[in-house]
Amino acid sequence: MTAAEVTEAPAAGLGTRLPRKEDAPLLTGESRFVDDLAIPGALWLGMVRSPFAHARIGGIDTSAALAVPGVRHVFTGADLRDGWAAAMPCAWPVTEDMKAADHWPVADGKACYVGDIVAVVVADSRYAAADGVDAVVVDYDPLEAVVDLEDAAGDRVVIHDALGTNQSYTWTLAPDPDAVERAFEEAAHVVGERYVQQRLIPVAMEPRGVAAVPSVYGGDLTVYSATQIPHILKVMIAATCGVPESKVRVIAPSVGGGFGSKLNVYAEEFIAVALARRLGVPTRWTEGRSENAVATIQGRGQIQDIELAADADGKLTAVRVRLLADMGAYMQLVTPGIPLLGAFLYGGVYDVPAYSFECTGVFTTKTPTDAYRGAGRPEATYAIERAMESLAREVGVDAAEIRRRNYIPADRFPYDSASGLTYDSGNYGPTLDRALELVGYDDRRAEQQRRRDAGDTKHLGIGIATYVEMCGLAPSRVLASLNYAAGGWEAATVRVLPTGTVQVVSGTTPHGQGHETSWSQIVADKLGVDPASVEVLHSDTAVSAIGMDTYGSRSLAVGGVAVDMATDQVIERARRIAAHQLECAEDDLELADGGLRVKGTPTKAMTLQEVAFEAFSAHNLPDGLEPNLVGQVTYDPPNFVFPFGTHVAVVEIDEETGMVELVDYAAVDDCGVQVNPMIVEGQLHGGIVQGAAQALWEEAVYDDDGQLRNPSLTDYCVPSAAEVPSIKLDHTETPSPTNPLGVKGIGEAGTIVSTPTVVNAIVDALAPFGVTDITMPATPERVWSAIGEARSAQEGAS
Amino acid sequence: MIPAAFDYQRAASVDEAVGLLGEHGDDAKLLAGGHSLLPLMRLRLAAPAVLVDIGRLEDLSYVRSADGQVRIGALCRHHDLATSDEVREQVPLLAHVAGQIGDPQVRHRGTIGGSIAHGDPASDLPAALLALRSTLVARGPGGEREIPADEMFTGFLETALGPDEVLTEIRVPAVGSAPWGFQKFVRRAQDWAIVGAAAVLGNGNSGGPGVGLVNMGATPLRAAGVEEALRGGASPGDAAARADEGTEPTDDLNASAEYRRHLARVLVRRALESAGA
Repeated sequence: MTAAEVTEAPAAGLGTRLPRKEDAPLLTGESRFVDDLAIPGALWLGMVRSPFAHARIGGIDTSAALAVPGVRHVFTGADLRDGWAAAMPCAWPVTEDMKAADHWPVADGKACYVGDIVAVVVADSRYAAADGVDAVVVDYDPLEAVVDLEDAAGDRVVIHDALGTNQSYTWTLAPDPDAVERAFEEAAHVVGERYVQQRLIPVAMEPRGVAAVPSVYGGDLTVYSATQIPHILKVMIAATCGVPESKVRVIAPSVGGGFGSKLNVYAEEFIAVALARRLGVPTRWTEGRSENAVATIQGRGQIQDIELAADADGKLTAVRVRLLADMGAYMQLVTPGIPLLGAFLYGGVYDVPAYSFECTGVFTTKTPTDAYRGAGRPEATYAIERAMESLAREVGVDAAEIRRRNYIPADRFPYDSASGLTYDSGNYGPTLDRALELVGYDDRRAEQQRRRDAGDTKHLGIGIATYVEMCGLAPSRVLASLNYAAGGWEAATVRVLPTGTVQVVSGTTPHGQGHETSWSQIVADKLGVDPASVEVLHSDTAVSAIGMDTYGSRSLAVGGVAVDMATDQVIERARRIAAHQLECAEDDLELADGGLRVKGTPTKAMTLQEVAFEAFSAHNLPDGLEPNLVGQVTYDPPNFVFPFGTHVAVVEIDEETGMVELVDYAAVDDCGVQVNPMIVEGQLHGGIVQGAAQALWEEAVYDDDGQLRNPSLTDYCVPSAAEVPSIKLDHTETPSPTNPLGVKGIGEAGTIVSTPTVVNAIVDALAPFGVTDITMPATPERVWSAIGEARSAQEGAS
Repeated sequence: MIPAAFDYQRAASVDEAVGLLGEHGDDAKLLAGGHSLLPLMRLRLAAPAVLVDIGRLEDLSYVRSADGQVRIGALCRHHDLATSDEVREQVPLLAHVAGQIGDPQVRHRGTIGGSIAHGDPASDLPAALLALRSTLVARGPGGEREIPADEMFTGFLETALGPDEVLTEIRVPAVGSAPWGFQKFVRRAQDWAIVGAAAVLGNGNSGGPGVGLVNMGATPLRAAGVEEALRGGASPGDAAARADEGTEPTDDLNASAEYRRHLARVLVRRALESAGA
């Protein structure tokens, strides 16, 4: 390749909208998901799941199932109990005295939620397995379900006998409780609100799936799983199944979304491994869509009490929060820690001098909760951004104005929050100004008033919310202080091969994000090569041995930074080799045209390929330099990163039917330096709609018996493109000072802020009726009822 | 998501389908577009022993005009109905309703015959056919018979079709430019209607206004009270106030019965207003 050709390579640098490398294989079906894998001789697993939320398991009659053609075995919890090296892991015991029941892959004695596995059918085909599941007869003795959080906390019915209570833990963050007390005593304005975060089903497009392939004689085991966390899964398989970790290889092939639901290790993964080892043949399982609704973790599930204290001008002086959080029936991988991810952020983007937070986690007889896009931070943002509306009403100022009065000033960064965080960088006001401009705020307000004056039955509402999130999980020392079991570093290797192509090995595990494209851009930009010549390897623990995977908007801010730093090492080594070969000082070399050249003497140059070949042949390297052109970094970030932004929604509400239509939406976000703006926008589009779904459409509805009433996409209302307007995006750029790329995460931002944005718009539209809150999701009937009730109250009062 | 085992037979003609139905009795189900039946089977809410596939009977997919009627083959897909020039000119309400069903994939597979024979009160086409005073043609072992739409829907997912009858044709009065309106209340574009209302005024055949209701009871319904009020010269608002008369809407996750009654009144009024009543 000549230098001229290199300079003509497509622009790839940071900020380029490079089309995604991943898209062609995904769109053509070339990508392979777990269920696509051809695994000769694999037996299919079918899970017999409890139809009761809470029941003692009596006898299990497997005879009819074993008579089904193609069914080979049926295993109960008792059959498998002795095979486990440990109960399923919870990696985040948030307090020293946290109570948690042992969680076995197959329940034994008692089922604690609808969907709890009570037996496993092993069959020649998926069809035979399904027929076998239907034929297993379980003698259940139903017990009372525990559905409501406050009822659960009251221990009327205790779910786990050994614990003696449904209250698992109470976690407190109160750096200066006296200051909080004082602020409330002296406040000119106090508002207190209660919000309910309904449970949500993550609904990744690809349900879960796992296949375990044993080598009977070699003793090793390859596990394919639709997971976000192959590296963590490998550790957990070793711990739970008693397999030496060195014998386990985990591969996450193409994975169709996760939203946190695949940031987990599940019973089915352990069952597949245990039975593959026991039977000496491959086992596999693919989750059904309705099965996914009960068997995969759910998100949210909190009752929030938030109080704000403010001075006469509406300037916040304290925030006090109390949560009741629904753990579900058992602790999954990080269930108890989810509220903690929001615990530091109930002060939001505001300068809050005094702060206290307390959360109690309770067990219920429902599917376990765990991380769902945003995980704790959407809940926090919702509470503060909804409560700020109440404060604006209380003080008598506009929703935009109350925010401007309280934003942390731009000159205060890095900002030490009363909750104990250091916000790296921020400048909130401009995102509000721009978002308001994008929706034509003043015109919208005028139109809103015009309609009100005219008695129009179509009401306009404008909602604003500003957010900051802590993401890029995470500094390992901070995780230690929160009792999280693992670290938050990330690993990367960059190799320039002798022929000049570049291999990047990343410990992050993409499941739709586009890491192959973004990591290629980071490397190509720095090395001056074509991004097409950069190959990114990931998601296979035999290829990428060290990694902490993908969640918490960490991949770019931690993993991408590791890639960047490993590239720096490559350049530093290349510089030493080139200086040696060209007989010049290292400082005399500059990176240009895809190689290194002597400053001022462009003819004295080596291409990167030439340097790589020298490093490979190792015939003539400087003394002390190892062969091969490789950089390898494990990066532990010094701090979280703190992306922020302001979103504005405009809704139109049909007073007669209660229907809410989202008519306009503007988002101005700041995630620091953008590597690929197209990917950033994609994350925002999806995230915004996913958050709006909590406001308007989605809820896992449980009845009093603990039955999930909407375990299908007919009844669980995931919105489509038809339900949302074209979203207006813009951004500001405030680089993070804590990493060399200046980047911040963007994977969860949209979801974190769009929920309160939309609900604020709904409540704004309903203000003339005296409505000040609405239960999520704001279904047409709920809105219609709220209008009716408010009217009755007004008539009663007059 | 895995159905119970079943046998599959593909019928080469309507008569063969009738024969297969006679042979297998209640164990058999007809498969056309499969968009209601297959989801029920995958959830194991339905487990027919035999599926008789009539989905490839090309001679049941047609639209013809004759004798002041539009005759529609039972296998006509929703998309074909929505885009048929004859239907759009002669029964624009029906073309519009068909274009609102589900999503493009559903509209390219689902059939008008399947939608009627399934008898789901939440389906849109039956309410439109009731409003239009349509006639359905069924073929059984004894030959063909006509069933007025009013007599078709006998209970929840139950119809007047015998176990060995195949719905073959839908005959709709060619109402041409008669004013019409359709209102479908959904949370998401692809959803079944929470409530829907179809109205056609100055109905060519009966001379009277027709109003059909979606999802206001166990079966697709005619809003008889509204029709009576309209015949008596009532305004859309006054007529629509009777929209929920005689209905028994369900309470479910999408709506309470009370809210459905309210929606029926609002939607019927809007359908009548948009028709220009």
